[in-house]
Order: sequence, then C-alpha cells, then structure tokens
Amino acid sequence: MQPFLEQISILSLITFLPLVGMVWVLFLRDDDRIKKFATWFSVIPLILSVLLWFGYDKDAGGFQYEAFFSWIPNVGINYHVGVDGFSVPLIFLTTLLTTISLWYSAGVIQTRVKEYYAFFLLLATGMLGVFISLDLFLFYVFFEIGLVPMYFLIGIWGGPRREYAAIKFFLYTLAGSVLMLLGLIAVAFNTPGDNPFTLVRGGMTSDWLTAAPIPFASDPTGALAVAAFLGFLIAMLIKVPSFPFHTWLPDAHVEAPTAGSVILAGVLLKLGTYGLVRVAMPLFPEAFQMLAVPIGFLAFTSIVYGALVAMAQWDFKKLIAYSSVNHMGYVTLGIVATVAAVNGVTPEALAADPMLAENLEAARVAALDGAALQMFTHGVITGALFLLVGLIYDTRTHERDFRELGSGLWRTVPKYGTMLMIAAFASLGLPGLAGFVSEFLVFNGAFRVGLAGNQPLLILTALSVLGILFTAAFILWKVIQMLLLGPQNERWIGTPDLTNNELAMLAPLMFFIIAFGVYPWPILEFIHGASQSLVAHMNVDANLIEVARAASAALTSLR
Amino acid sequence: MLDLSPDWGVILTHFAPELILVIGALGLLSYDLYVRGKDGLQPWITLGVLLAAALATGWLYTMDPAEVFEGRSAGEVFRSGAFLSDSFTHFFRLMSVLTAGLVTLSGIAYMRGKTAFKGEFYAFVLFAALAMNLMAGANDLIVIALGIEFLSLVSYILTGYIREDRLSIEGGLKYFLYGSITSAAMLFGLTYLYGIAGSTSLPVIAEAVRQPENLVVTHLSTFIVPAALFLVLAGIGFKVAIAPFHQWSPDAYQGAPTPVTAFLSVGPKAAGFAVMMRLFITVFGTPELSATWLGVLGALAGLTMILGNVAALTQSDVKRMMAYSSIAQAGYMLVGIAAFGGTALMGTTPLGAVLFFILAYLFTNLGAFAVIIAVDRLTGSSSVSAFAGLSKRSPFLAIALTIFFLSLIGIPPLSGFFGKFAVFGAAVASDMFGLAVVGVLTGVVSAVYYFQIVKTMYFGDPAEGGALRPSPGVVFVVATALVMTLIIGLVPQPFIEIANQAVTALEPIAGSMVAR
Repeated sequence: MQPFLEQISILSLITFLPLVGMVWVLFLRDDDRIKKFATWFSVIPLILSVLLWFGYDKDAGGFQYEAFFSWIPNVGINYHVGVDGFSVPLIFLTTLLTTISLWYSAGVIQTRVKEYYAFFLLLATGMLGVFISLDLFLFYVFFEIGLVPMYFLIGIWGGPRREYAAIKFFLYTLAGSVLMLLGLIAVAFNTPGDNPFTLVRGGMTSDWLTAAPIPFASDPTGALAVAAFLGFLIAMLIKVPSFPFHTWLPDAHVEAPTAGSVILAGVLLKLGTYGLVRVAMPLFPEAFQMLAVPIGFLAFTSIVYGALVAMAQWDFKKLIAYSSVNHMGYVTLGIVATVAAVNGVTPEALAADPMLAENLEAARVAALDGAALQMFTHGVITGALFLLVGLIYDTRTHERDFRELGSGLWRTVPKYGTMLMIAAFASLGLPGLAGFVSEFLVFNGAFRVGLAGNQPLLILTALSVLGILFTAAFILWKVIQMLLLGPQNERWIGTPDLTNNELAMLAPLMFFIIAFGVYPWPILEFIHGASQSLVAHMNVDANLIEVARAASAALTSLR
Repeated sequence: MLDLSPDWGVILTHFAPELILVIGALGLLSYDLYVRGKDGLQPWITLGVLLAAALATGWLYTMDPAEVFEGRSAGEVFRSGAFLSDSFTHFFRLMSVLTAGLVTLSGIAYMRGKTAFKGEFYAFVLFAALAMNLMAGANDLIVIALGIEFLSLVSYILTGYIREDRLSIEGGLKYFLYGSITSAAMLFGLTYLYGIAGSTSLPVIAEAVRQPENLVVTHLSTFIVPAALFLVLAGIGFKVAIAPFHQWSPDAYQGAPTPVTAFLSVGPKAAGFAVMMRLFITVFGTPELSATWLGVLGALAGLTMILGNVAALTQSDVKRMMAYSSIAQAGYMLVGIAAFGGTALMGTTPLGAVLFFILAYLFTNLGAFAVIIAVDRLTGSSSVSAFAGLSKRSPFLAIALTIFFLSLIGIPPLSGFFGKFAVFGAAVASDMFGLAVVGVLTGVVSAVYYFQIVKTMYFGDPAEGGALRPSPGVVFVVATALVMTLIIGLVPQPFIEIANQAVTALEPIAGSMVAR
C-alpha cells in the first residue's frame, strides 16, 4: 500500500484544486474577495506544476507521478493519470495562463463576477484533466468538461455577437467529440485484455498496468480501424482547428472576453494537437500513416490560408485569431511528418548508407519535437498577444481596428509598444525568440522525412514555408508598421501606458519567449525524451531499420 | 404437473407492492368522501403509500428466489403464471414508484387550487403506478393488454384533468382518440398471437413460435408473426411515443397539467419498454425470430431520433419541446433494444444498457420537469420566454436545469452520458454503426434546442424582475434529481449492476428455458 498522498498524486491535486476553488467561490459574497481569492488560489496549482517540472525525472522518462483507481470496473475504465515529457510543459502552460487570465480579469470583469470566476476555475480543471489522463475514457470526460464553461464565458462576457459565437463553438466541438466517442467505443471493443481504454499501449510502461496491445491489431488499416481513427481525427482537427474545420475559431476568439481568448488560443487549441500525439499516434499508427498526406495537405492549407486570411483582417483580435490557424498548422505538419510513410528506399540505398534509417528516425523525432514545442511557444506567444489586444482595447481605446488605432502607438505608449514588438516578432518566427525554434524544428524534420522518400510531403513542406513569408508580411505590415511606427495618432495621445501591474502580468510570458528563444534546451529536454520514445514505440520505420541492418550485415559478410 | 391451486402466502407476498397501491388508491378516494373540507393531506398520503410500495419491493428484492418459489426453478415459474415477480419486475416497480413519488412531490404546489377533485387526482397517480407495475410483470397477453389499457385510461384522465383549461381538454381528447386506434391495432395483433399458439400465455406462445409444426395455421406463420408484431409494436410504440406513433404527444404534453406531463414523459415510457422487452425478447428473441423485427425496430429507432430531435428545434413552448425531446430519448432507448442481439458489452448487456438508460433518464427528466413545473407555476407560462433571466431570478433552478439538459445531451460525467455510452456501445457491439452515428449526431442537434433555453436563462434579461421561490417539494425533487444525476454519472458501477441483475431475470428464459 502506497502512502495516501502518493496514491492521490500531485497531478490529481493540480487538476482538482481549481474545482475546489470553484466550489469555494460559490460561497463567497463580495466581488473583490472573489477576485482576490480565485487569483491567489490559482497560484497553488501553478506552484505545484513548477514542482512537477523540476520533480519529473527526465533521465528516466516515461510516465511518472501516476495514480490509479479502478473507476468503473465492469467496463474496464480507470482513473489513471500520469505525465510524460509532452504533458509537463503543457500543464505548466495551463496553470500559468490560468493565473494570468484571472489576474487580468480582476481589472476588467465587473458583472456577474462570481459566475465568471466559477466557470473559469471549472475550465481549468477540464483542461488540466486532459493533460494528465492516461485512460481514453477519462481523456474524453475531461475533453468535454471544458466545453460548458467556455460556452458561458463567451456567451455572457463576450462581445456583441457573443451568443452566436458561443453556440457555434459549442456545437462544433461537440460534433467532433461525439464522433470521438464512437471511435473510443470501437477502440475498446477491439482491444483485448482487462483495460480496453488505457492509453498505455504497445511498448509503453506504467507502474499500474501492463500495456494493452494496439487496437485493431488484426487489420490496422481496415474499414473499422480507419473509421475509428477518423472519429478521433475529426474531433482533434476541429479543436486545433485545422482547415476546413476552423470557422468556429474567428467567431469564438473575437467575441470571447480577453481572458477567454487567452485560454482558448493558449490552451484549448492544444487539446487537439495533444490528442493527436497522445491518442491518435499510439492507437492508430498505421491508419494515421495511411492518411498522413491528406492530413498534411490540411496542415499546409491551414498554414498558408490562415496566414493570408490573417493578412486581410483589419480587426486586431481577428488577425491574431487567424494567425492561430496558421501557427497550429505547423504543429499538425510536424505531427504528420512524424508518421508519414517513406517510400522508395531500396535495400541497396540502405546498404550503402546504414545511417539512413537512423537519420530518418532522427528527422521524425525533430519534427515531433518541433510540434510539441510549438504547442508551448504558441501558447505563450499568442497568450501574450491576446493579452496585449485586451490591454489596449478593454481599458484604453475600446478600438481594435488598425486603421483607427494606428499609427505611432509606440511613441504614445512606449512600454506597451515594446511588449507588443517582442510578442509580434516571436509570432513571425524571428530567430532568438521562442517561435523560431519550434518552427525551425518542424520544417527541419519535415524536410528530412520528405527528402528520405515522401514526395508529396516534401512539396507540402516546401509550400508551407510560404506561410512564414505571409506571417512575416502581416506582422510587419499591420502590427508593426500600421500600429506601432509612423507619426503619432492625435486621437490616442494621453492614453496611459502599461501600469506596473500589467507589466508584471506580461513579464512571465515575455521571459519564456526570450529565454526559450535563446536557450530552448530546458524545455526541449522534456519533449525530446518523450518524442524519442513515442517514435520508437510507434515503430514507423521498423521494417526499414531491419532491412538496413540485414543489408549492412550482408555487406560485411561479403567482405 | 404443477400445483396451480392458489397459494395465498405466495400471492400476498409477491403482489405486496400492487396490493398496497390498490388499497392506497381506493383509500384516497374514500378519504375524500369522508374528510371533505380538510384539505392538503392527500399528497402526503400518496407519498406514504408509494413509500410502503417501495419498501415492499425492496423486501422482495432481498428474498432468495429459490426459497420463495419453494424449489421450483425460475423457468417453471415463468411457465406457470400470468404475472411474474422477478428482478426485472422489481426494477420497474421501483421505477414506477419513483416516478409517481417525484411527480407528486413536485406537483403539490402546482395542483393546489387548480382543481376541486384533489383526492381523485392523487388516486389516479397511484393507479398509474399500479398499471405500470402490471405492465412490467405481465406474462400473458391479457395482462399486457389490461395493463396498457389501464395506464392509457388513467393517462387520458390525468391529461384532461383541468376541465377549465381548453388546452388540457384538447390534449386529453387527442390522446384518447389516438390511443383508441392504436389500442385497437394492438389488440388485433394480439389476437394473431393467440391464434398462432392457442393460448394467451407468453411461454406457450414462445414454445409455439419455436416449433412451426405446432402452429395452428402453419402456412401463414412466416407472414403472420411479423404482421402481428408490427401491430403490437404500434400499441406499445404509442405508449412510449416513438415515431411514427408519437403524434399525440406534443399536444398532450403541452395541454396536460405540467406534473402530468412530467409523469407522461417517464412513466408510460418505462412501462412500455418493460413490456416491449418482455414480449419481444423472451418470446421472439431467438436469432431466427428476431430477424423478423430487429430491422423494423432499428429503422424506427433511427427515425425516432431524427424526428424527435429535429422537430424539437422549432418549438417555442418548453413543454412541447420536452415532448419532442422525450421522443428522441425513447429513440435512444430503442437503439439498445434493437442492438440486443449483440455480444455482451463491456460488463453490461444491451438490455442492461437500456435499463440503465431509463434509470438515468428518470431522474434527469423528472428533475428538468420539476424546474419547468416551478417556472410554469410562478410565471404562469411554459413558453421559452418565461425562462428569460432565470439565472438571476433563481440561480438554483437555472443551474439545475442546465445540468439536467447537459445530462440529456450526454455531456460527461453526468448520468445521461453514461446512458448514451451504454446504448451506443451496444449498437457498436452489434455492428449497427449507422444507428450509432445517427444517435450521436442527432445528440449534437439536441444541444441546439436545449441550449436555446440555457441561453435564455443565462444571457437574457428577465421580462419582470423578482426572485422566484420554488415550493419545498420542487426544491426537494430538483435536489434529489441533481444528486442522482451526478452520482449515477460519477459512480455508475452500482447502477450498472442493478440494471444487469434486472435483465438476468429476463434473458435466460429467452434462450434455454423455453427452448427445452
């Protein structure tokens, strides 16, 4: 019998403390006390997630801090939680953005304060739960829980078209989720053993259960397996959101209150790509590989189309929203490169270059590293950008149109201008800032996989580079040139600059943008281990490596 | 040869819940005669009677069947009687008592002053519970017909109970006319079954349809069985309100006093499905025989889910909307029955899934109706606009109704989600993917109309301010339903077991017992 605290696990504390906070908030009366309490209370999970960051044993890797209870034994559903290198940074990101959002909201939310903070804390529990789940069913439950509070956050405290945006967000995501539900049932039916819902599969290890086999083992690319995979895929692509499922995003982002946008872009979108990594890749390696190129095409479209549409926006918030479609496209592209098939590698080529297979594996790991890192960096960068939009719009100008806001804002509000400059440059991928590292890794990995023998992927990757160009264009043109530079706009002279309080809110985000841009290893260290083991576990190129070994062995024996 | 002389001890024991209900109902009627003027006790007497019936059922539950039946096997008992007192019946006895009890509690304040005939109203509620019990345990065509007719008549009266209200009368009349026709169709179908077997007893019919050479009219049998079953399905489908036998329900739901609407949305559905399962599974549940009706049932399930969920979209009256919503929910339940041929599913059988669904649905739907009853009583209207700003006028009712709706949509970890998970899991296990896809996607559609109300409650401003104070009965029912919706969702295991145990009484008889 393990000690009680150990069995509960720090992960359960991180996840359910916000829920406790929510219940507490319901019993508080005074608005100011609610704001103070909720903000400070959200610091506890943040501290715990920092402890988690430093407590996670990177050398050992694998799932750690596990907790396990049998939840519905009849059906084989467990409360099984644990973290690896993919989830630790995202848990930290979630708790950080939650605290910053609550802190920011204290200044701008004046109506129905109690409900707002209650919903926000519930939302935090839902998001964190997704990142700790090692049981598919649990994953689904948490995936759904976040829907409801977000609906209310947009619908009550949002902009003029909030009701439409809220229900659109809700229905889109729900439609994806229910397809995932069917996929989940199909997975459970096609997994032999006592734990049909576990996410610990194949070669993975857990302290609590032996890994279940990969589902649909007898026919991994059969109709049923592909149908189940599509259920998951569509659910995740809606959440990401990837073209053509992205239309809910601009509405939701533009109408949501600032803190809602920060969480939506910073964390909720990551649930989709995280789901691809945590669920779709280990459960459907072969079905995923089969559909890799079409998905890659969607990623490419999201990248280029998202950037072009962003360029056409005059609304600051909408521009950032569409830039998320673009940036999340890189994540999808990286994931696709991780699973994409490689053809035309002949035994002779492998024999001539025994390193080919190993290099391919390294390329896949790089692409996945990039994708996972991009989840974190996009969360920080876009979180900062939405916060900056809110800071200028909510309390200062009540204006988001570039033509009205510009120009010369840097001179009018220099501190604000500097912050915006850093975040915007990070967003366009300037080397030295965090966004560059992850995008570079994605392209690096994708190119190498493409070069190794996947022509369509190579072309899609090459064309996706255009996205970087367009991103640079709209950031430089709209955000930098129209907004910050140029002669001062008379209308905004006298607008107060950022207060110390507001600077303090932005400080952690700016710190990570710069720190991980200059020296990304502390975070890559996590991700790299997890990527390596996932790629090894998926065994995408197992036959290639075998062929290579056999060929080189044959060569040596000939000599 | 079995000893068929009446054993009063066994009869009194196994009819205890029904006897209590009969005595209670008759007592309430005479109470009104003698204690005229002293008002207000009738609902409490009703609750006391229901509690006694529930305790009696609980007592039966704990009995060891072997001891009760004095060494006779369950199969022999099945062959012998017109009414069965097994765990399947017990489950539905509890459902009927719970439904009647929660409806009574939430309706006390609503019915006060609405009618002069109070004693009769509550007596009819007890009669309705009795009728549902009879349906659940029916093992004979006569008892099935009697049970369904009994429940129908009580329902007609309750629907049209408020004579001063034109809508109430209209709803009752429509219900009655439609019900008469489907009853006739069902009775006609039952005569065919009688004709085939020469008996009204389900076990005899079961034996007859399994041995074609025993059939009285052999050359017609292949055609007659499906025809008879479809006619019977019309009668039962009318009670549970599945498409295309549902047309009565929007008008009846809207016109009926709201507590009666709440009752209609749960009680007859549960009892109807009990009869459907008993008849279709035990008698016609073999692979060869079920081929004649499974397809029809699956198609009706799909139609019901689509029609219910789509038609609910355009309703501006909440009671009408809930009528279509409960049609859609009946469609989900039907999916579980249509999938019954599938392999046992993850610790729960398809039929166990249906029972679990009904259990979850009972609390969620009655909770939602308790809120509607309160709003209807306090604002005098059940239109969507009456719910405007409810989150400000009564935060408790608003958040409760939101949670009930989320459960009906199937958002985890609420009870309704597990119900859907179970029945659609059964569908997937039986390779009925089409049905499962239709089910989950129409579930998304349902979110539109449920959230129309949520939106009105939270985003709208109240037409007239002022806090709404629900009656204690409503508060109790809403709180109970809320707790159960959460508990069944968070800890589904014991409830899955209860449901599974209930259907074990049903299933073995389907296979080995009769075929011997």
